[in-house]
Amino acid sequence: MIKTDVVIIGAGPTGLFCAHQLGIIGLQCEIVDNLDKIGGQCIELYPDKPIYDIPAVPKCTGEELTNNLIKQIKPFNFNFHLNDRVQELTNENDNWIVKTTSGKKFLAPNVVIAGGVGSFEPRKFPTKSAEKFDGTSVLYSIKDKTIFKDKSVAIFGGGDSALDWAIELSNSSKVSLIHRRDEFRGAPASVQKIKELSKKSIINLFTKYSIKDVKGNGTLEEIEIKSEEGESKTIKADYVLGFFGLIMQLGPIADWGLNLDKKTIPVNTENFETNKKGIFAIGDICTYPGKLKLILSGFHEGALAARGCFKYARPNEKYRFEFTTASNTIKDRLGIK
Amino acid sequence: MAKIIYIEHNGKEHVAEVQNGLTVMEGAVQNDIPGIDADCGGSMSCATCHVYVKEDWYNKLPKKEMGEDDMLDQAYEPNSKSRLSCQIMVSDDLDGLIVYMPEKQV
Repeated sequence: MIKTDVVIIGAGPTGLFCAHQLGIIGLQCEIVDNLDKIGGQCIELYPDKPIYDIPAVPKCTGEELTNNLIKQIKPFNFNFHLNDRVQELTNENDNWIVKTTSGKKFLAPNVVIAGGVGSFEPRKFPTKSAEKFDGTSVLYSIKDKTIFKDKSVAIFGGGDSALDWAIELSNSSKVSLIHRRDEFRGAPASVQKIKELSKKSIINLFTKYSIKDVKGNGTLEEIEIKSEEGESKTIKADYVLGFFGLIMQLGPIADWGLNLDKKTIPVNTENFETNKKGIFAIGDICTYPGKLKLILSGFHEGALAARGCFKYARPNEKYRFEFTTASNTIKDRLGIK
Repeated sequence: MAKIIYIEHNGKEHVAEVQNGLTVMEGAVQNDIPGIDADCGGSMSCATCHVYVKEDWYNKLPKKEMGEDDMLDQAYEPNSKSRLSCQIMVSDDLDGLIVYMPEKQV
């Protein structure tokens, strides 16, 4: 069990800046995120897209913003728990016990939910028959590529993941690439390569097709694909890979007894606490009259929630407001000599 | 102002008067019509306001901009009549537009 002052759920810009504010006021925190990297939507959805509305930063990309936020909290040495998702919150006296999917446990008086619109999960095949092979021969990510050696692999999708894996696996597997339209959104060089491999019959390319059925008795044997006109084709396959991008699911957050308004959590605007004592919500996931889903609003919300956390983390101390320009205590915390 | 007809996957029909300048997505959200999630709020960075446009209307709509099809690749069961409703701007010309909601958005 890891004891800390605050568990932050979500390592997007809002969660990161909240961590900074906690560090500034002398609190400890642990940050959990379902993705394998820090940055949330900024890094997953638009790492290269410029953002123009961060105060005093005329233009920066999602990746630059994330890197700067990481740099800004570096002095505090907070721990990140990536690739992990908070599953359960239970109340014990004045603390929350936070359990993750991987089995980690935290004990803290405060939890800050900075979860965006929920956790990112791969979009799965719509066909019911794909479910019984899920995780065995129907996969949405690749952990060990050696399992595909000398096998027939059907890959679905038109983005970089689908194209890159089709190219890579075609070295030692029989690859079919299936996409719903003629155009691909992957890098032009990869698209070119796929077309070459298709011409040489190294890859079987099927465009304007989507999945219809997955068949096999115990083990996967073949899949059926269909065109929009209703024409179908059968392809032999030992494995099926789907790369349809990520969708955002609220997931377990819905089960924690918090008031919900559609997919958002109502909070007060004084300290961004939810209906549960010691649970705060900031960033895109919170709602209140006038809420704007802007990164800058998330920063403000994180700063106030951090002060809200102080009250429960240090019940016997009085919070004293200080400026980073003037306070020696803060300079010490930041490691500035 | 245009009358937009939203038809849920189960066939239930909703009719909304939507102001010019709003999107078909906003028309649904403001009138509490179920079936359109719009997680990203209309910035074309999710695919949860996906609709199928009725065949004879599809070609009358302004063409898709760059990026919309890329996003639609990530929608639930897209087809050749698929659009992101946040990218369809309402005008008088769209009076009577019929869109069908997919079985689900995520």
